Amino acid sequence: MLLYCAKRVLLTLPIMLGVALFCFLLVHMAPGDPLVSVLPPDATAEIKAQMMAVYGFDRPYHEQFLRWLARVVQGDLGSSIRTGRPVWGELSKALGNTLMLATLATAIGFVLGTLFGFVAGYFRDTWIDKTASAMAVFGVSVPHYWLGMLLVIVFAVQLGWLPPTGAGPGGSDAWAWDWAHVRHLILPAITMSVIPMGIIARTVRALVAEILSQEFVAGLRAKGMSGAGILRHVVKNAAPTALAVMGIQLGYLLGGSILIETVFSWPGSGLLLNDAIFQRDLPLLQGTILVLALFFVMLNLAVDVMQTTLDPRIKRT
Amino acid sequence: MPAHALGAEHDSPPAPAAIVRSPGYWSTVLRRFLRDPVAVCAACVVLALIAMAVLAPWISPHDPLHGMALKRLRPIGTDGHPLGTDELGRDMLSRLIHGARISLVMGIVPVLLALTIGSAIGVVAGYVGGWTNAVLMRTMDVLFAFPSVLLAVALAGALGPGLFNSLLALTVVFVPPIARVAESVTTGVRGRDYVEAARASGAGALTIIVRHVLGNVLGPIFVYAMSLIAVAMILASGLSFLGLGVKPPQPDWGLMLNTLRTALYTQPLLCALPGLMIFVTSISFNLMTDGLRSAMDIKA
Repeated sequence: MLLYCAKRVLLTLPIMLGVALFCFLLVHMAPGDPLVSVLPPDATAEIKAQMMAVYGFDRPYHEQFLRWLARVVQGDLGSSIRTGRPVWGELSKALGNTLMLATLATAIGFVLGTLFGFVAGYFRDTWIDKTASAMAVFGVSVPHYWLGMLLVIVFAVQLGWLPPTGAGPGGSDAWAWDWAHVRHLILPAITMSVIPMGIIARTVRALVAEILSQEFVAGLRAKGMSGAGILRHVVKNAAPTALAVMGIQLGYLLGGSILIETVFSWPGSGLLLNDAIFQRDLPLLQGTILVLALFFVMLNLAVDVMQTTLDPRIKRT
Repeated sequence: MPAHALGAEHDSPPAPAAIVRSPGYWSTVLRRFLRDPVAVCAACVVLALIAMAVLAPWISPHDPLHGMALKRLRPIGTDGHPLGTDELGRDMLSRLIHGARISLVMGIVPVLLALTIGSAIGVVAGYVGGWTNAVLMRTMDVLFAFPSVLLAVALAGALGPGLFNSLLALTVVFVPPIARVAESVTTGVRGRDYVEAARASGAGALTIIVRHVLGNVLGPIFVYAMSLIAVAMILASGLSFLGLGVKPPQPDWGLMLNTLRTALYTQPLLCALPGLMIFVTSISFNLMTDGLRSAMDIKA
């Protein structure tokens, strides 16, 4: 087992390096000057050259990449061009907010998704299955940013029950677990949960239907096992895959939170990314994307290891 | 191609992903598809949307770009503007009809491009194997390491807003998954006896790829690509919604959803319309693909 984990981690390293290279290239792919947002438009060529030298943009690409990589490995993502503050500081606070939102959304999505999927798969081809499957199709088809707007229209504008945007009263960004803050979390979390709900429901439905059609289930029935006993077998067989899908979904939500955070002005990594793009703050853009992508890679790794631990049928090769 | 015909009949047990070509396969699929009322309805909606996009200039009542400062944000049901007017006084119905053009193009074109590029990469990697496979597929793995929304936003954000850049970004997002499917199917087909037989009878690599590999690979990849169209639509509209897609004043559902947010408090129903179009389109594509997939799953 330990050997398998070590192997798996080793295989992840080149991917992480590739991700870092991609993030580095991203900035160089960007049209225009990397310093366009700090230099005054009438800066002379001499000042420009000096600034380029200060940031190291005048070196050859491979040297720039290695220097950047060396700093990143030590946890230094550079400073935001706009604010001058370290990228990591800005990012870690935003990441905490996004992690909270995405975890809650995944939890809601998992509970509802497994419920719908299980019921649909167990009562296959009945009206219960049709209704639950319709919910799943809705989940994967609805543009969630639009759903967010609809929820704002109903619950914030029309009914006035919940706040439409932000993460705390009066736009404060210090989080606390009290009602004044938690009520800000409800609408974005529900909106976000729709995607994992749909995907998990579809996966679980297919899993349950597949398990129930296997011979061992017929065998259990034949020897007189009750419905509840069979259900226990189905849960045990479906759990590793369902949990793995949930883990991957958490990663997708973390990385793809930009749309929902924009709708709800939720001060997370997505909103930070949005700011970085539109203010052309390239170090912030680069750092945010790098950290989110590495997080996703690590999460995939964790899910893989977890699945192998839970499911003895998967061969550890 | 006698070798192919013989080999295909005798030793290709229908693998779950590969499609065995037999006379009447597609007509069987069509017959099964037509028996599924939900899928047929969805296909009709998709056709209607495509017709709407093609005929947009002839069927929209007003110029989608012409705004009237005095008639801003009229509600649904206004005389002469059945779906009201937007924040610049442009006719909503005309903009929604014209919006189908960019929105459908943004959903379908990146998937088609990715289908071409991705299957080329996958087939070459799977057929050639060795180092070529390692280099191509590990590059795909790196792109796969990004959540799709993040990758699209990162590319579109770095390249700057615009229709072309967001098309490019979306294409890059969909190449790796298609390449993976193509690679695994090709690797499976490569070792089959009929490919061996074709090679023994002197067929070149290109002939084998075109005649034997593509024929087996395109079916599963095509269905997979169909299922990506709905994802691409939502993602593309999302980019426009963020301001990374087409530039104003072009009518695009995602962009309209963004600009109408200013009217969320005064005309909530109006704001919901462009999103409803995206939803209807993506759910129709999803239901149609679901129907097609179960129609092609003949063993069931």
